[in-house]
Amino acid sequence: MTLHPTSPDFKDNAHRALHDPELQKALGHVQHGFIYKRQSAVERLPEFENLREAARDLKNHVLQHLDLYLETYERNVTAAGGQVHFARTSAEACETIVNICKSHGAKSVTKGKSMVSEEIGLNAAIEAAGMQAVETDLGEYIIQLRGETPSHIIAPAVHLTKEQVEGDFRRVHTHLDDARDLSEPVQLLTEARGVLRQKFLDADVGITGANFLVAETGSSIIVTNEGNGDLTQSLPRVHIVIASIEKVVPTLEDASLLLRVLARSATGQDMSVYTTLSTGPRRETDPDGPEHYHVVLVDNGRSAMLGTEFEDMLRCIRCGACMNHCPVYHAIGGHAYGWVYPGPMGAVLTPSLIGVEKGGHLPNASTFCGRCESVCPVKIPLPKLMRHWREREFERHLTPAVQRYGLKVWAFFAKNPGLYSLATRAAMTTLAWLGREKGRFASLPLAKGWTEYRDLPAPQGDTFQAQWRKRQRETRR
Amino acid sequence: MSARDDIFSNIRRSLGVNGKETPRRAAVTQRLADTPRGPIPARGQGSPAARLATFITEATRVSASVVVLDSVQSVPQEVARFLQEAQVPLTLKRGSDARLADLDWQAAGLDVSSGPSGGSDLNAISHAFGGVAETGSLVLLSGPDNPVTLTFLPDNHFVVLSGADLVSDLDSVLAKLRRIEALPRTVNIVTGPSRSADIEQTLLLGAHGPRRLHIMVVLG
Amino acid sequence: MSTTPARPRVGLFATCLVDLFRPSIGFASAKLLEEAGCEVLVPPQTCCGQPAFNSGDKVTARDLALQVMDAFSGCDYIVAPSGSCTGQMVKHFPELFDEPQLAMRARAFAAKTFELVSFLTDVLKVTSVEATYEGRVTYHDSCSGLRELGIQSQPRKLLASVQGLELVEMNENDVCCGFGGTFAAKYGEISDTIVTKKTANISDSGAPLLLAGDLGCLMNMAGKITRQGKEIAVRHVAEVLAGMCDEPPIAGPGKTRK
Repeated sequence: MTLHPTSPDFKDNAHRALHDPELQKALGHVQHGFIYKRQSAVERLPEFENLREAARDLKNHVLQHLDLYLETYERNVTAAGGQVHFARTSAEACETIVNICKSHGAKSVTKGKSMVSEEIGLNAAIEAAGMQAVETDLGEYIIQLRGETPSHIIAPAVHLTKEQVEGDFRRVHTHLDDARDLSEPVQLLTEARGVLRQKFLDADVGITGANFLVAETGSSIIVTNEGNGDLTQSLPRVHIVIASIEKVVPTLEDASLLLRVLARSATGQDMSVYTTLSTGPRRETDPDGPEHYHVVLVDNGRSAMLGTEFEDMLRCIRCGACMNHCPVYHAIGGHAYGWVYPGPMGAVLTPSLIGVEKGGHLPNASTFCGRCESVCPVKIPLPKLMRHWREREFERHLTPAVQRYGLKVWAFFAKNPGLYSLATRAAMTTLAWLGREKGRFASLPLAKGWTEYRDLPAPQGDTFQAQWRKRQRETRR
Repeated sequence: MSARDDIFSNIRRSLGVNGKETPRRAAVTQRLADTPRGPIPARGQGSPAARLATFITEATRVSASVVVLDSVQSVPQEVARFLQEAQVPLTLKRGSDARLADLDWQAAGLDVSSGPSGGSDLNAISHAFGGVAETGSLVLLSGPDNPVTLTFLPDNHFVVLSGADLVSDLDSVLAKLRRIEALPRTVNIVTGPSRSADIEQTLLLGAHGPRRLHIMVVLG
Repeated sequence: MSTTPARPRVGLFATCLVDLFRPSIGFASAKLLEEAGCEVLVPPQTCCGQPAFNSGDKVTARDLALQVMDAFSGCDYIVAPSGSCTGQMVKHFPELFDEPQLAMRARAFAAKTFELVSFLTDVLKVTSVEATYEGRVTYHDSCSGLRELGIQSQPRKLLASVQGLELVEMNENDVCCGFGGTFAAKYGEISDTIVTKKTANISDSGAPLLLAGDLGCLMNMAGKITRQGKEIAVRHVAEVLAGMCDEPPIAGPGKTRK
């Protein structure tokens, strides 16, 4: 049921992405907008660094007491008239949700944006059970029309141009008059708003994710800018929340702390437009709101990450700042990563969830530039965690043979300074002689990975150490 | 073993705990009782006048419009003025909040009805539970006084905020929430009108929710 | 830490790239250190182990870390003309050892290890250099130096003291050049896209000379610049600070070599 990962084909995916002109055009929007907006928001808030540290400490506290906060949360949801369901795997989560929908005779299901629902392949499960699943976040709606997955965790359609969106609307919205102008984003938004408004009103069940679950009150919190999450959960008879187990926080104040770093890191807003705390179903005297409130808590591999070197990853609040600042993501976009979560956070999380055999490329495809870690609102040491995956691969002999062999040869010389000196002096003197005219090599055997794209500067001559010792001897004389 | 029990035992095995340890339980109980606050931004702090100024600056930054009124009696006139200027029919949906129900809407030429919205209302009005200077946010509670659909379905959303309910930061309004008898079905923290930047990162107002958010801060 | 000795014994860790490809950076570093009053030692050395560490080979990384610590045990300070190798020694050596004795030794080693330019400014309190360079230059902040070690103002401060030199900042000077060690070869095509953006920012600055503090990044950018046929010279910042620009620039066409 879960999305089939193409992560093992990362290199081919990346190659295609690099040669996709529309994608490259669309990616230009990520590189500048998000970074500038975040920077401005951070500069406006002198307390931001302190907030990041407090946010990290809070999440660590939660992870160390996860069982106890989940128990408290569960108790308080129940007390407010809601129902909590637990799911070990994707399949179990899908089955639980499909059964809830069926028990209410649902035909149409609206959905707010939820990455864990992508992870478990929920839409396919709902459709397979004969119901219609409608994504209501504008970006998610667009990619659903295209049969694609999100390429970014907060901006799912960031890989598309407005011309592509217009094409999709004209293909699917058969009511559209050919003469109607849809060339600008605002016209596309108006069209989508009109179509989705009716879907909201017609839906039997609304499914949202959760940014946080508050143990103290049994509330789920979602943040959106569009208001789609609120229409999704307020209009149908049934509201289902799907969330992974690490989303729980102790108190409302703790949610407030994380809210202060979430939107700033994500879109550079101080707050998202709509931050909604939902607690149980509608009250007896309420004139609107859902009659039933369910929460499906998904583990899907997370409990196994606790207590390992990858535990830090469970602090992630899914803001997307790491990918917004990643030079590799900027180059290839999100789909090349081949599964649900792209960018640096995906490079760490994906091998945890689908196995390093399939996700092994991702933690390797990083320059370790460290920009992701420097902007992470909960200070996840992403390069370090990617390195831990490389260690696991190395231990399990999954590192590619060429790299392994090259490393072995290098290590042999590096560990024998005498041999190293002899070998490098001979090699460098020869290379320097070969490259003496141009000062560089346009191609060189064994260095094709390098010289295919750029020249290799020629060495100056003898090694520094040899020249230094020679000089020392001369001065002494 | 049920999925629930399995997950709890996996978590405990990974953490190397059994769930019964007194210090862990005590740490959790204490945090839930103490509700410690994280760092609170200085931005929203200050005298009531400074708070109001910050609130107006921040709400305006996120494309809401704000006016300050001397009396709640001026609300109908202000709503009428706004709608006339926007060239929108003078209709309005409200909840049963007494602070709004008692106003003389007719005198302002407004056609007012009450109840939840079914999606056909152009305009709606809510009374806020609180306002947050730090971010220019409004806090709205769902219920018969303020049906949640009024906050999301109409094109133009009017919100009355009593100056006395304007606090410096989000945590202060949350503390106030904790003092009410029971949380409503939803607490809606609203910061500006609805928007989306999903198409080419172009920011557009009025994605699914209101295109305009007009805040009336009532002093006195 | 205790006060700086009158004439500190500084072990120069040249880094393998400098040792092999561009000894002139090693000599420029030694000159800067000597002019600042240091006694410079160059113990026999190979590699800090970063390629092994970043490839997941922790065993080799440990062996090489121990080898480096042994080789430089007699020095007051260890200084390298590279943010990346310094980052390995300062930030990652201590992570390699679980044994308390060795971990303590690695921490002590890290505490006396510095990147060249920041050592000059932050430890030796050098505020200016005796060098002249007529013209405009632009400076790329290499990632490890910038984000692991916080090196940003230091090279700019010293460059400002070079007679005749004008620093023009390029856009996105803090963005990776796409080198990333073995990344450049393993994911050459992605690396190429990143370095192509970088060289565009370099050209747009209008400066005819690019400087940075890490030879790996410099070789990557220089290799791309010459492949694109751009007329921009590339040098390590130490060469300019030491007033030693008589060697041809990196990947630049040679004057006649000896």
